[in-house]
Amino acid sequence: MATGGVTREAGPGAPGRVPRTARSLAHARFVLALALAVITLVLVVMLAVTIGPANVALGQVSGSILGHLGLGPSGAEAGAVPLLIDSIVWELRLPRVLTAAIVGAGLAISGAVMQSVTRNPLADPYLLGLSSGASLGAVCVVILGVGFALPAAAFLGALLALFATLSIARVGGTITPARAVLAGLAIAQLAGAGTSFIIFWSAKGDSYREILNWLLGSVAGATWESVIISGTALALVGTGVVLAATRLDAFAFGDTAAASLGINVNATRWALLGSVALLTGAMVAVSGAIGFVGLILPHLVRGLSGPGHRRLLPLVAVCGALFLVVADTLARTIFDPRELPVGIITAFIGVPVFIVLIKRKKSSAWS
Amino acid sequence: MVVTSAGVVIENLGFSIDEQVILAGVSASVAAGTVTGLLGPNGAGKSTLLRLVGGLATPATGSVTLDGDEIGSLPRREAARRIALLEQNTAPSVDLSVEDVVLLGRIPHRTRLLGSFGGDDDRAVAAESLAAVGAGELVDRMWHTLSGGQQQRVQIARALAQRPSLLLLDEPTNHLDVSAQLSLLSQVGGLGITAIMALHDLNLAAAFCDQILLLQDGRLVAAGTPAEVLVPEIIGAVYGVECDIIEHPRDGHPVIVFSAPRSAGSSSDAPAADLAAPAFSAVHA
Repeated sequence: MATGGVTREAGPGAPGRVPRTARSLAHARFVLALALAVITLVLVVMLAVTIGPANVALGQVSGSILGHLGLGPSGAEAGAVPLLIDSIVWELRLPRVLTAAIVGAGLAISGAVMQSVTRNPLADPYLLGLSSGASLGAVCVVILGVGFALPAAAFLGALLALFATLSIARVGGTITPARAVLAGLAIAQLAGAGTSFIIFWSAKGDSYREILNWLLGSVAGATWESVIISGTALALVGTGVVLAATRLDAFAFGDTAAASLGINVNATRWALLGSVALLTGAMVAVSGAIGFVGLILPHLVRGLSGPGHRRLLPLVAVCGALFLVVADTLARTIFDPRELPVGIITAFIGVPVFIVLIKRKKSSAWS
Repeated sequence: MVVTSAGVVIENLGFSIDEQVILAGVSASVAAGTVTGLLGPNGAGKSTLLRLVGGLATPATGSVTLDGDEIGSLPRREAARRIALLEQNTAPSVDLSVEDVVLLGRIPHRTRLLGSFGGDDDRAVAAESLAAVGAGELVDRMWHTLSGGQQQRVQIARALAQRPSLLLLDEPTNHLDVSAQLSLLSQVGGLGITAIMALHDLNLAAAFCDQILLLQDGRLVAAGTPAEVLVPEIIGAVYGVECDIIEHPRDGHPVIVFSAPRSAGSSSDAPAADLAAPAFSAVHA
């Protein structure tokens, strides 16, 4: 601030006024970035489907997809993709790649919304314990057979974890970013221990792999049902938060400023955090707790989109999808034929980003 | 820039947190288009009074009306179109450009659902608001590259973009150097908008306010022009310090000259101004 030296009011040599041009350029750059990201995503999804033990050509991927959409020859018709290839594409690889894309988009949106309403640059569904809570909820249904719909249980787990994290972070003072992350760590450990305990206790099949998949996240078992569960949640919550973009912007200077701009702060915050818990819950229900996607993507994408949420949210969703499709493709090819849980890849990328963010303390939101 | 003026009437305002009384029985009126300084020691209830006037908290007793409308009965968005409040020392959690910051002020004027797609009108208002505080050339700068005084001006531009009839400022000169303090306050006075601002510096209040409201322990202890309120007896009773009032050699408003306490234990209970207090220079003698 105005410490030391002379602080002049009208900075000399301020750049000439070209606001309209500058804004139009920023908008054109955003539209271009979004269009490029969408095109890249479509290409990467199709390429990812070609990669695997059986050789599939790019044309066969598009042929199979078009056939199933009724836009081209299918089944035994002339010119259709061979049945074996078709079922590899449509039954095995495409659901997995699409699930990775949807989960990446959902987690990235969750992170962006959480960072805004909590004014915490480290907010992320994984770091604040939501993902682990959702895993625990999901495992209760999958392993123990608790009579609950899987996404609903994961949602409930995420919501409880969020509530617990914020309660612990608030004990004896205001919630700072560091306190929130510490509290999230504790909750994530607790929920992770609960998840591991339930899986060991049930002792069916390959416990270790199962635990790893829930704690580190994996889309290896994704089916069309996974696509529908996660896709529905993404469509609903994604639309909702994009429509709430203005209200997210209003939180930039904190609660009082938001209230002074006509926002009903508490109702808005809980509605948005509840939506994030729902979105995270649905993502974890199909993929386990994949970390750091929600932390990394918003920080990377803000540089392209600017801080306004009406641009940030769509772009962060597409880039999140792209990121996780690439990460999952790496996870299943690096040590082929063995597969890594995709959360290992995202952690290797996410932790350095986390360290950079901690070093970059220029934001007053840290104190 | 069309500015609608407004008058504020505060009646028997009271507020408590957990049985602890923060504000009690405050009644005052603020004429449209005037600048009112809210003074008082730390914890006197200045910020609370601003929040109540801004409709951000619900009073336990009494009411605040703006142009005859009770503020508590206005929907939040409606209130935000008529009242803008700036807290002390806030910074955005992400990097924003100056125009982004000022455009936030247009939020209460946008439609609810698709309102995030603000148009060129909003940008024109933003440009006007920046010009009104002499910060038009900052529009493309990033927030974190601004000086403290520039940030505060941009914040006031954000408040002006709300097109309010009442501007509430909580210690707007905090952490500013003296030239930034003086230019900021004269700019607020020149807006022609009703303004109520909490201030710590009595001399700044004396120089720039039409009216002073002096709070102590949640009660209004004096109200009037700076010349009426800022007198040695009242300042001594509220702040527990001794002072003399002289006339500003150029502008004629009161100037308060403080004196160091004569002993460590002196308090507001014992003003005893029978002896001339030693001047600051004498302390080191």
